[in-house]
Amino acid sequence: MERLAPAKDRLLKSEKNWMNGEVRGKIIVFLCAFIMIAATISITIFLGQKGLQAFIKNGVSLIEFLTSKAWNPSNQPNPLFGALPFIFGSFAVTFLSAIIAAPLGIGAAIFMTEIAPSWGRKILQPVIELLVGIPSVVYGFIGLTVLVPFVRNHIGGLGFSLLSGMIVLSIMILPTITTIATDAMSSLPNSLREGSYALGATRWQTIRKVLVPAAMPTLLTAIVLGMARAFGEALAVQMVIGNVSKFPHSILDPSATLTTIITLNMGNTTFGSIENNVLWSMGFILLVISFAFILIIRYLSSRRKF
Amino acid sequence: MNSKTADRIATGVFVAIAIIIISLLVGLFYFILVNGVKQISFHFLTSPSSNLVAGAGIRDQLFNSFYVLFITMIITIPLGLGGGIYMAEYAKPGKITDIIRSCVEVLASLPSIVIGMFGLLMFVTLTGWGYTILGGALALTVFNLPVMVRVSEDAIRTVPRELKEASLGLGITHWHTVKTILIPSAFPSILTGAILAAGRVFGEAAALLFTAGLSTPRLDYSNWNPFTATSPLNIFRPAETLAVHIWSVNTQGLIPDVKEVANGSAAVLVICVLIFNLLARTIGSLVYKKMTATK
Amino acid sequence: METATLEKPDAMQLVQNENILNVNNLEIYYGEKRAVNGISMDIEKNSITALIGPSGCGKSTFLRSINRMNDLIPGARAVGEIIYEDLNILSPQINVVALRKEIGMVFQKPNPFPKSIYENITHALKFSGIRKKKVLDEIVEESLRKAALWDEVKDRLHTSALSLSGGQQQRLCIARTIAMKPTVILLDEPSSALDPISNGKVEELIVELKHDYSILIVTHNMQQASRISDKTAFFLSGDLIEYDKTEKIFTNPSAAKTEEYISGRFG
Repeated sequence: MERLAPAKDRLLKSEKNWMNGEVRGKIIVFLCAFIMIAATISITIFLGQKGLQAFIKNGVSLIEFLTSKAWNPSNQPNPLFGALPFIFGSFAVTFLSAIIAAPLGIGAAIFMTEIAPSWGRKILQPVIELLVGIPSVVYGFIGLTVLVPFVRNHIGGLGFSLLSGMIVLSIMILPTITTIATDAMSSLPNSLREGSYALGATRWQTIRKVLVPAAMPTLLTAIVLGMARAFGEALAVQMVIGNVSKFPHSILDPSATLTTIITLNMGNTTFGSIENNVLWSMGFILLVISFAFILIIRYLSSRRKF
Repeated sequence: MNSKTADRIATGVFVAIAIIIISLLVGLFYFILVNGVKQISFHFLTSPSSNLVAGAGIRDQLFNSFYVLFITMIITIPLGLGGGIYMAEYAKPGKITDIIRSCVEVLASLPSIVIGMFGLLMFVTLTGWGYTILGGALALTVFNLPVMVRVSEDAIRTVPRELKEASLGLGITHWHTVKTILIPSAFPSILTGAILAAGRVFGEAAALLFTAGLSTPRLDYSNWNPFTATSPLNIFRPAETLAVHIWSVNTQGLIPDVKEVANGSAAVLVICVLIFNLLARTIGSLVYKKMTATK
Repeated sequence: METATLEKPDAMQLVQNENILNVNNLEIYYGEKRAVNGISMDIEKNSITALIGPSGCGKSTFLRSINRMNDLIPGARAVGEIIYEDLNILSPQINVVALRKEIGMVFQKPNPFPKSIYENITHALKFSGIRKKKVLDEIVEESLRKAALWDEVKDRLHTSALSLSGGQQQRLCIARTIAMKPTVILLDEPSSALDPISNGKVEELIVELKHDYSILIVTHNMQQASRISDKTAFFLSGDLIEYDKTEKIFTNPSAAKTEEYISGRFG
């Protein structure tokens, strides 16, 4: 039937072929992918523009904002905008929770890949997946009803403290670290293990001297990803940390982080006021720091050996 | 210390870590379910919440959670699938592809509170909508889209190359091959990924605080016209979801039975997320069997 | 197909050695690496041409360039000419989708779609605009009969193609290619993944098909080449070493390398 047409008509591209669904489909899916770029750019521009208003329009000093410990935006006529306690609080809970979660997460990964590869993984894998599934407000709620009274009664202070925030966060980032660390350990070539055992090394020596160093860049990636999550977590921390604007002197002191102050005050301040604008500046800091975490992760993945 | 002893101690430590993590999970679930399930009753699930008196329920919050999730998925799944198809099938190695990949990575790692703030600027203030379900769903889309793009891209990439070649070799265009061979073959994994993502969206609260709000207007469940103010289906009304409710009763609630309501809500939330996880595990292989074996 | 051949003068059918494809100085590159080094050969109409040679000799690369399947491989590029119906099919102006309808391909591993047997055949037909159930039914039966599969599957056309055995799956793949009524069928080691009995059936089928189609087959199996092909081309390291009638290649090859290869001294 169609074969009757000369080969030229059948086989050469024509205008009609160009305008059919092929091109349309490609454009549609490209636009879908392009939304990623559009969203990233607009988030950066919108938050950047809004975040800088406190300094440009309201004349808040950037130096004061970043280095002063005094925070009292409603202190008329001299409002104080020192965000250092919150910046410090954010970094403190992030690092402290990583210090707890990293050994546990990497230990669990080693348990699943080296100690009990068959049954250990079957048990621990679903456990980790269930931990991921628990929403962050539920972590916060349990922290509030169990952890805070426990700290108050058995350790000291009010219970609402850096310590409580750090414990809640370390449980929340544990699955992130464990999952990536497990991938890192199980992607190590078996020849590494065999080589070490052949030299008469014990399992612990093999893990410590051969496997962990070999997987190090990815293990660090796991920790940094966990820290990125801890840094950005808002509600769970907000529910247990106490939210005071004073600089904490011990881990039993109540404290606050950038996210908790934003959570707490965003709804209570007038949109466009100085008090409100400095919250946007804090949001912009969160954005910048999460970009920084991505850069660190990129650097670490470029050093991956396996 | 002798190396054999060290080895034994180390093994003991690793086993202890595993036990700690397992007991942590058991403890968490025990707490949530034991305290929560006894709060769950027909009355709790079907009566509206209260700001002042005890004994109120979570009807509206539960409905809002599912409705916001539904709207979010309606927006996210087509966009994420499209983005995934582009990345798996059309993206040529080069600058633009690298940029898109970086953007997916950036969006995936943004703190949800930052996304909530962006949503507040974009979908609440700039559009002038105020706190709305649509604004919340759009903020959750920003949060969920990178996940869906990755899920779809991975699912399409794992379709055997032979199938794609077979289709192209029969003189079928690339786009038609994508539509009729690649998407159907990747469908079970996309579905699994989408349900898992739905579980995450369902529990999200921070991105909704400033976009869908902390309140729900009086709803009339006999009014299913989405264009009226009291209809539950109206997407231009504020909506407090279950996750947000747990946060708000704990931090700013005035009701005397905060604990009971929060316990019950947490249990309902966790049970829903568990169901999503369970569905994700079973439905993918079920659909795959159904698609290939019969018909 | 039938109408097309009817349209041509009958005398044309009788002329032996009419060529369907002319390959002139074809070079194929993967990035910087050259996989096929300037080969020239004419492929006869309604005959079976076997391409043999050790792994990596360029025979599959060559085969896949004939219906532009190499376009899928990033960095692959072909220089030279493959003339089909007075057109160079390597030209960028060629509509590869239309080309692949006329030059069909069957792959090494049976690759039926995860759909029913019936849908495997109608999938491409529907795309090319045939929608009438009756016409589709006819083409399905006709192509399954030609592929010698009809009797085995006629009662379960709507079950999954994945429930078929490997040999049946491969014949289904041939059937769905035939259904498009191509002029040339390219077979890339079509029976290497099959057991001997299925292999025998596929071979019989291929010999049967040459009455209607021009066939190129890549094979690792020397016996297969000698059993079924009319002409054989021996490739080595991207060069076409020898191309001649199959009996000649297997009984009295001109090149020493060919002799060594077919007698099993390497490869």
